[in-house]
Amino acid sequence: MTVILFILGLPAVAAILLPLAPSHKVGAKTNIGVCMATFCVSLALFFVDRPTDLLFFIDDFNIYLVVLTTFVGLTTSFFSAGYIAHEIEHKHLDVRNLRFYHAMFQAFMFTMLLGLVANNLGFLWVAVEGATLATALMISLSRTQASIKAAWKYFILCGVGIALALFGTILVYLAAQPVMGAGLHAMAWSELMRWGPQFDPVLLDLAFVFLLIGYGTKAGLAPLHAWLPDAHGEGPTPVSAVLSGLLLNVALYALLRFKMLLVANGKTLAPGPLMIGMGLMSLVLASVMLYRRRDIKRMFAYSSIEHIGLVTFAFGLGGAMANFAGLLHMMLHSLTKSAIFFIVGHVAHVKGTQNLADLRGLTVSHPPLGWTLVLAMVAIAGLPPLGLFTSEFLMVTTTVSQAPLLAAPLVLGLLVGFGALALRLQGLAFGTPRGLVHTGGGGSLVPIYAHLALVLVAGVYLPAPLVRWFEAVSRLLG
Amino acid sequence: MSTLHYDIAHVLDGSVLLLGFLLLYQRRMFGLINIFAFQALGLALAAAWQAHVHGESHLYATALIALSVKAGIIPYALRRLIIHFGIHRTIDTALGIGPSLVAGATLVALSVMLVLPVTADSAALTREKLALALSTVLIGLLMMITRRNAITQVIGFMALENGLILAAVGVQGMPLVVEMGIAFEVMVAFIIFGIFFFHIRDRFESLDLQYLESHRGERR
Repeated sequence: MTVILFILGLPAVAAILLPLAPSHKVGAKTNIGVCMATFCVSLALFFVDRPTDLLFFIDDFNIYLVVLTTFVGLTTSFFSAGYIAHEIEHKHLDVRNLRFYHAMFQAFMFTMLLGLVANNLGFLWVAVEGATLATALMISLSRTQASIKAAWKYFILCGVGIALALFGTILVYLAAQPVMGAGLHAMAWSELMRWGPQFDPVLLDLAFVFLLIGYGTKAGLAPLHAWLPDAHGEGPTPVSAVLSGLLLNVALYALLRFKMLLVANGKTLAPGPLMIGMGLMSLVLASVMLYRRRDIKRMFAYSSIEHIGLVTFAFGLGGAMANFAGLLHMMLHSLTKSAIFFIVGHVAHVKGTQNLADLRGLTVSHPPLGWTLVLAMVAIAGLPPLGLFTSEFLMVTTTVSQAPLLAAPLVLGLLVGFGALALRLQGLAFGTPRGLVHTGGGGSLVPIYAHLALVLVAGVYLPAPLVRWFEAVSRLLG
Repeated sequence: MSTLHYDIAHVLDGSVLLLGFLLLYQRRMFGLINIFAFQALGLALAAAWQAHVHGESHLYATALIALSVKAGIIPYALRRLIIHFGIHRTIDTALGIGPSLVAGATLVALSVMLVLPVTADSAALTREKLALALSTVLIGLLMMITRRNAITQVIGFMALENGLILAAVGVQGMPLVVEMGIAFEVMVAFIIFGIFFFHIRDRFESLDLQYLESHRGERR
């Protein structure tokens, strides 16, 4: 239990103290330090007994997401320090507005981790709601008209989503209360799973519809994704990285917990087809939308919708193999997509624009950055030998064997998305260089290499303990 | 529980829904804010009554928050905002008043038909409270969709939230109701402060969300 208190306490205390930092440089360093400490403490979770009480718990499922979250938080804090320093140097950001940026970053990390380790429906909800607040403030950081509009749209759409998720949560409690009696334990996952088979299935059905719409909005599933491209496109790049890499995962995690509850009950509507439908819709819609993008960050935002759709589809399909593929894809997409946003941040700095038409021939003008971008885009397009190929291959083969009819839209979506990325990669990496060429700038590429190395390793060789662990979680998911 | 207790609870819950309809009907900004304050008052009374009847003393805190923040501070802040920024005093609708009322009535019918069969095993009061609460939620949502101005959207959001708190209060023994209420208030406070600090009026020329629509495409 102490470990959990540390994991939650470090970012919480940092969020309160960081506004007092004398300068943004001290703030950035503290931010890195706290993220590093949180990551180290989260590793300790592997070595201590799994704590469970009515408020917090750790099981096979959330432990790997906690470690992933603290890791991406750490690398993003490194990237963010360089990014913010560059933005201030070039007068894109006002130092006065920065006072709360690092505090909000830590507050966001706190809410993500709280959502993951919460053994309580209410805590989970409050955490996702708090994450909305923290990210909305970060998205509007540059105070341009476009960024404020994006933050407002994000606020309103996700606010409604959050509200509907609360209604779903109340309905779940209403289903639990006659069986388990009133009190805090009737909102605890560990207890709910035990009593689940006795709940009223019709109430759970109704609750799941609200939860799917509510948390689905936060996960960016079509047709509820309208906020996502704006928020990614207009927010500072480190925020785009954590939105895609962490927030979407946590929203999906919430949804999966409720799915597990429905599966445990056994008499409800199958939650799978609903998730398959939304997943496929997101995949196909986002793949098509990839073609007409003019802004590089928006393009990768649509790619995030595509991949979250894929993961939702895999979990909707269910069964050991599909769940395995879903978990692997969720993890590797987080790593790859946040790495891509780091690269895009560097690219936007050296070229001074995020307009796709002005970004051409990067391997010629900036070889290290350009080739890293090529590698990352090859990864996100799902080509071997990188990890996303493994998970997408597993998904397709499982779909062909379990539900052959669904394989057609799945493969179609994957191919259309692949085509769009290949088309863009051509111009981005190999055309004739165009536009401004700043020299220097950039900053460290180490966080990007760390992410991509993990993705590459996962594609070539998955260590046996990791496989066993994924299999255990797959069974848990049903 | 005696019939009188039951009836009073019904009247209070019903008043919250009725005031939701009045929100749809209102054409003037200040009138809208007043009605919202009354709705929050209705919610506070409903929560306090529930606290009194069931002896759930933490619900008094919910009632107090609704009374002080939603019936007091927020309406005051919104009035200041309208005067300060010189926002239009009349409401621009995407869907006329008549059709919105018809749509609202349909939503109430829908939620009654949805909730009552589903909750056949729950206590009678809980079921009816839940149907009323879901109606209020859906009417708040309708208001957010059919009213074009940012202030009316915020009021729609808060009406929706009133419905949610009503539902949470109505389910017996629900833990964390107070905490969730506070989380919502913080969110609403940030939205309103957002309008203040970001001078959304200055930047968008108007709080009319049609201007947001123009941003659907890409940055050029």
